[in-house]
Amino acid sequence: MRYAFWPGCVSKAGTPELFPAATAVANKIGMDLVELDQANCTGAGVLGERNEELVDTLNARNFAMAEQMGLDTILTICSTCQGVMSSVNYKLREKPEYLAKINENLKEEGLEYKGTVRVTHMMWAVVEELGLDKLSEMVVNPLTGLRIAPFYGCYILRPRYVLGMDEHPDRTQYLEKIIAALGAEPIDYEGKLRCCGFPIMTINQDNGLKMVANHTLEAKDKGAHALVTPCPLCHLNLDEFQPRAASKAGESIDMPVLHLPQLIGSALGFNVKEMGLKRHIISTDNFVEIAGIS
Amino acid sequence: MDATFKVQRYDPESQEGSHYEEFEVDLPEYGSVLEGLLDIRDHQDGSLSLRCSCRSAICGSCSMKINGESRLACKAMVSDIKETEGDIITVEPMGNMPVIKDLVVNMDMFWEKVEKIEPYLQPTGPEPEKEYLVSNDEMMKLAVAMNCIMCGACVSDCTVLEVDKTFLGPAALAKAFRFAADPRDGAQEERLESYNEPTGVWDCTRCFMCVQACPKDVAPMERIMDIRSMVVENEIDKKGRGQRHIQGFIDGVKHSGRLDEFGLARKTFGFPIWAFELADLGIRRILRLRLPPIIHKSIKSAKNVKKIFENLGV
Ligand code: FES
Repeated sequence: MRYAFWPGCVSKAGTPELFPAATAVANKIGMDLVELDQANCTGAGVLGERNEELVDTLNARNFAMAEQMGLDTILTICSTCQGVMSSVNYKLREKPEYLAKINENLKEEGLEYKGTVRVTHMMWAVVEELGLDKLSEMVVNPLTGLRIAPFYGCYILRPRYVLGMDEHPDRTQYLEKIIAALGAEPIDYEGKLRCCGFPIMTINQDNGLKMVANHTLEAKDKGAHALVTPCPLCHLNLDEFQPRAASKAGESIDMPVLHLPQLIGSALGFNVKEMGLKRHIISTDNFVEIAGIS
Repeated sequence: MDATFKVQRYDPESQEGSHYEEFEVDLPEYGSVLEGLLDIRDHQDGSLSLRCSCRSAICGSCSMKINGESRLACKAMVSDIKETEGDIITVEPMGNMPVIKDLVVNMDMFWEKVEKIEPYLQPTGPEPEKEYLVSNDEMMKLAVAMNCIMCGACVSDCTVLEVDKTFLGPAALAKAFRFAADPRDGAQEERLESYNEPTGVWDCTRCFMCVQACPKDVAPMERIMDIRSMVVENEIDKKGRGQRHIQGFIDGVKHSGRLDEFGLARKTFGFPIWAFELADLGIRRILRLRLPPIIHKSIKSAKNVKKIFENLGV
């Protein structure tokens, strides 16, 4: 299937290993990604605090570009971008007069959003469009013996009414299903549906670090070998800030955090370099060894 | 309709501590979780403690965790839950507040926080001859926040309160919006200054838990964002980190079309503090050969993006 692809800003900067891993995996599983290279930042929820119309216009601009390319689905690998895009899209499609107003803002650039675009995340597309059976069939290196803790991140879970959860109520269990389809064992723990703390790191780092420590330590307690997340911002916080969180909590944690495409790629036969597994702050060596990745 | 309830029990006078007990109930087709619990109390175990009154999602007494999410027990239909969440209905007391017994929690902390935001109008100037007039539009904006029934579901699920009990929290801050945005109030500036302090609006982590939990669509988090916007618009504390963060974000996207992570850190923390703040992170990144592009690249159509910002006055 062909998608208009929005990788998000962070997959190429803050977590530079994500973009190559995601595109390699997409290629392998037959997702045809056409990058929206002139699209703009979705605002990540931050711009909306200043001006909602601005955020709606910026996202409508991206949607219009996808329509112009003749594509009806935007696929992203960032939960946060997905959350902002889904809620703006929901609003614009519900309120035609408001959409007309937003389109006025796009006129100068010769763009118009007709309201036909659907937003999806790679995690959703893997389950809903590729299918778990197909995914299992493609596994060449089953992740047997690995216990993986799913960490969803907020914007792919809430608020449910903008995220198509009425139609797909089990979107809250896709990570577990993917983990199992790859041959690993998903572990259940309280933190999986909670907040990683990233949005408050510049304002109240103490609280953000406590969240990091709580979730990673809980996963460790439950015997997880690694955490997996579909959100690069969660990754930034849970991986990059984990050493600070550990010293603040006075405990060693050492819980590797994988991007979802890295976990999938590990089972599909990609090697450590292709998946960027050596580029994390917290070493993934133990995971790599048990998974038997070359 | 048969249902299995797994209820968290706790009795401070017993040695047993907190534990779960299972009950089988038979309910009418449209039975609520509350009806199930009352049935258990009436016919199986008279010692089960819970709060309720109106049984119609109005009084806000019956909030509790149902399958891990805070909801009104009288509004949660057993048949709906069985259909989408499975056969066993797990019922627990609200979170973030101490349990008194079974499903009853001590809500003192909830009320103290609401009190702190001064939840009453403070008009200034001479009293009008008749009533204070407010336009329909202005009232509609407040009405969303006024729908709050003080049930505590948002506070129960708040992820910040889990790690920091000093945070004012979603219920109190939604109420704070209701007064700060009321044109009859004369204390707007003092209110915004106080909500701008630590433990106030900037401590919210935007996790949407409260939006999801609220049974009355108050969307407390959105009201917190409304206050943030008011703080920015009214130029309260322009040097605050929260505002500098927003401004740094705007600058990057406005000029390049994309988020400029380095620029954002520099602007949020200020020079040269940002370098110290990020030193250990930078060193670890260098050791892992994980440097993001040092020179921030713009998209080709960046000037069109900038135009959108300018046309909207941002
Ligand atoms: S009993 Fe009044 S809200 Fe549920």
